[in-house]
Amino acid sequence: MLKLKDVSAFYGYIHALKNISIEVKEGTIVTLLGANGAGKTSTLKTISGMLKPKKGTIEFQGRDISKKRPEDIVSLGIVQSPEGRQVFPELTVLENLKVGAYTRKDKNIKNTLIKIYDYFPILKERKNQMAGTLSGGEQQMLAIGRALMAKPKLLLLDEPSLGLAPLIVNNIFKIIEEIKKEGTTILLVEQNAYKALAIADYAYILETGKVVLQGNAKELKSDSKVKSAYLGG
Amino acid sequence: MNMFFQSIMAGLETGSLYALAALGLVLIFRTSDVINFAQGEMAMFSAFIAFKLFDGMKLPYPLAFLGAIVFAILFGFIVERVFIRPASKASLVSKMIITLGLIMIVGGLANALFGIDSHYFRKAIVADNMNIKGVVIQPNAIFIIAITFFIMAGLFYMINKTKMGIAIRATAQDENTAKMMGIPVSKVYSMSWIIATILGAIAGILIAPTTNVSTAMMGEVHLKSFIAAVLGGFGSFYGPVVGGLIIGVLDNLVGMYISLTWKTVIVYGLLILTLIIKPTGIFGKTHRKKV
Ligand SMILES: Nc1ncnc2c1ncn2[C@@H]1O[C@H](COP(=O)(O)OP(=O)(O)OP(=O)(O)O)[C@@H](O)[C@H]1O
Ligand SMILES: [Mg+2]
Repeated sequence: MLKLKDVSAFYGYIHALKNISIEVKEGTIVTLLGANGAGKTSTLKTISGMLKPKKGTIEFQGRDISKKRPEDIVSLGIVQSPEGRQVFPELTVLENLKVGAYTRKDKNIKNTLIKIYDYFPILKERKNQMAGTLSGGEQQMLAIGRALMAKPKLLLLDEPSLGLAPLIVNNIFKIIEEIKKEGTTILLVEQNAYKALAIADYAYILETGKVVLQGNAKELKSDSKVKSAYLGG
Repeated sequence: MNMFFQSIMAGLETGSLYALAALGLVLIFRTSDVINFAQGEMAMFSAFIAFKLFDGMKLPYPLAFLGAIVFAILFGFIVERVFIRPASKASLVSKMIITLGLIMIVGGLANALFGIDSHYFRKAIVADNMNIKGVVIQPNAIFIIAITFFIMAGLFYMINKTKMGIAIRATAQDENTAKMMGIPVSKVYSMSWIIATILGAIAGILIAPTTNVSTAMMGEVHLKSFIAAVLGGFGSFYGPVVGGLIIGVLDNLVGMYISLTWKTVIVYGLLILTLIIKPTGIFGKTHRKKV
């Protein structure tokens, strides 16, 4: 479904991505792991068109999207829940969700909204509250819900468990699995490698802008190198 | 009592125009962080277009008015495209300097095209004053207050309830995330420049009977719209409207009851005091913006 081939990207002179090749197959969860500054967020940014690659191609359902504008990429069905949530603090919860549906032209937005309230009942309770006043966990749910409002084919999640209590983390991971079951393909960036590998089908490990390891999630979980570097033993 | 009521009316009349212009400033500032120092000059140019259509081409007043609005749409669009968008990566200071440069360009162009003379331009509503129980009311003043009210109501509805309005507010809060969610932020910018230019044009055309149409006509309205925006708070869309009305009314009341000579000093002294007590403006929240 999504194929990055030899993608290189820069911030000024900082070489953030060095010949990254990644593939995400339809209907799977692929996870992107790595230390701080490895280039995970940058990879997602190049996919969603926020960071233009200097080199390489990004193919989505057979067409090159590396030169497309972010709004066109969203229209094609790739939507991101960004790192650090980034909800619009002075929009209500419901308005935030409506922003998520901005590119949609179909009439079924209500149904999607019902489904999202199903996943995250708290959002329904708080729908008229300013998003900036939600707790961190609620904001994370809102960010995921907002992305889902676009009815994405491919959902990009950047550290959805960041800063959340263990119970909420479990809940979020459960919902990510449900979203996959509903037919949405997911590219998941995580610090919580253990949990990410548990729900992912395939995994890539990044180090200083390069893919250093990749493989089946189950295999990587028992790989000794991965264990010592990312799973704490 | 009649005098009191009359000064309030006169205050609301000019205050409405400050409010329109201030709303234009704030709309651009909130979406793109740029303060458009050239708004006054742009409004002057649009007022000249209305005047030329009316006086030169002999169009009926409503058509001349409408013609100037159509011009303002194009004008706002072109200014954003040609001067602001290419500098989208430049620092905020550079963008503001671009709008300072625009003052020169638009002012110079107006001088060259329209000359330096000052022309009388009629009121929107030319009718005899009404006398309601001793209170003299100008129909034109009612018209100005009413049209401002309807424009504000429409604009606030748009901003609060429509998809475009939510997109404008989202872009104002976080441009990058807005882009990531599929909002075409460049269209939002374009839109806010167009609306702001229309608001300025309306203020310009309606103030023209008081100031005459000339290249210097917008000086006072422009300055006061800035003060209105600061007083009401650049952080909200309602603030500048209230700020504009307050300035208009205070100006008149102080002039009437305290001292005409000291009016300016007293009114702006009060405003500065307000800002010392509440630096973010009456409606201001602490300004949270993209870093
Ligand atoms: N806007 C930017 N300008 C300059 N350099 C940047 C920018 N964003 C990221 N970088 C640099 O690019 C590299 C990769 O950053 P990136 O955000 O992709 O890392 P990450 O893997 O997401 O890290 P984390 O786990 O901390 O979120 C880092 O060295 C970072 O300093
Ligand atoms: Mg990151």
